[in-house]
Amino acid sequence: MKNCLVVDDSKVIRKVARHILESLDLTVSEAVDGQDALTQCEASAPDVVLLDWNMPVMSGMEFLQALSTARMAARPKIIFCTTENGISHIKAAVEAGADEYVMKPFDRETLESKLTIVGVI
Amino acid sequence: MAPLPDGVAWRGAARILSGLLEARTGQILSEGRAWRMETALRPVIRTHNLRDMDDLAAQVVGKRNAALEEDVVNALLNNESSFFRDLQVFDMVHRQILPHIQQERSDRTLRIWSAGCSTGQEAYSLAIRMRNDAARWQGWRIEILATDISTAAIDQARSGVFSQMDVQRGLSVGDLLKWFEPHGEDWRASAELRRMIDFRRDNLFDPRAPSGEYDLLLCRNVLLYFTPERRQAVLHLLARHSHANSVLLLGAGETVIGQGDDFVPHAEFRGGYACKVLQPDCAGGAMRRVC
Repeated sequence: MKNCLVVDDSKVIRKVARHILESLDLTVSEAVDGQDALTQCEASAPDVVLLDWNMPVMSGMEFLQALSTARMAARPKIIFCTTENGISHIKAAVEAGADEYVMKPFDRETLESKLTIVGVI
Repeated sequence: MAPLPDGVAWRGAARILSGLLEARTGQILSEGRAWRMETALRPVIRTHNLRDMDDLAAQVVGKRNAALEEDVVNALLNNESSFFRDLQVFDMVHRQILPHIQQERSDRTLRIWSAGCSTGQEAYSLAIRMRNDAARWQGWRIEILATDISTAAIDQARSGVFSQMDVQRGLSVGDLLKWFEPHGEDWRASAELRRMIDFRRDNLFDPRAPSGEYDLLLCRNVLLYFTPERRQAVLHLLARHSHANSVLLLGAGETVIGQGDDFVPHAEFRGGYACKVLQPDCAGGAMRRVC
């Protein structure tokens, strides 16, 4: 089974995401901020990271920058989650290395679609 | 408005309104959709200053109000659609079916018909794939006809405006940034994409829009709303607009098997169908229908 790391400082969002992802036959691990996510990625690279943008300690953007220089066997696919749909915001995330983006709140169909696009399911 | 009881009067109203839908579109409301009828019609009841479903049904029966009937039909039609719905279908179209058709068309013209296109995501998905592969189609004339019975759906499709929820179902961020532009809180397909598609309001049982033969015909998730007799009629129509090398694609849960003899499963493309009753024309070698 493929693994998805859910990175979000909101417990509720992590819970909702876990529920959906497990229903899509993925195993799920959780991180509460970018630093926590980076530590977990270096220990055991997930197949995909569902990444919140605004988080304390280390933001989604800072995580992507750190990930680009991290020592990892394989780079995970990155789906960033945001509450903003401004085109400059989306472009910035893609230029920073995000593979896909999804706007909150998301549902099962949307998440399934994004995971299909990045080739995880 | 209070929830409607499952009473005799309401069931009568539901029967009248679903009867209108069937008469105008051929679609029958399954039990799964019938229970959502009141929710779907609530905006219509509000817009026309009516009290409830009974009042609406009475207006439909008692007055020949074309605008009201149109609103009822639009509200009851299922316009659910998404970009690249069943992604593997689009992969097969792009990697196998279109190259196959391309080899056969010496006149460098490709004709596609999206029948029952709803709000247009299927047609736009095809256009996006073709534009992303522009070098292959250099010098080709590409015609994409997209038809639907719903005026509301066709109006939206033609406008090319989609909500955030619409674009994030199936559309990659790369295609979104490349082919759409912000439109208030929504997104709008580029003028280049919109120009590629001829959106027309049309009835599969009284067709005016299709003309001639199409290389690729998509009629996905449409037949399931029809009676077996009407499914055969639609397949017969699609066959009339097919040639020997045309490929028909239906929805994942749909089939031609047991639906007349116009199409058979395609020998090469899984889930695709080929027109059955075609034989070489004695006069010039062209294919002609013999049914």
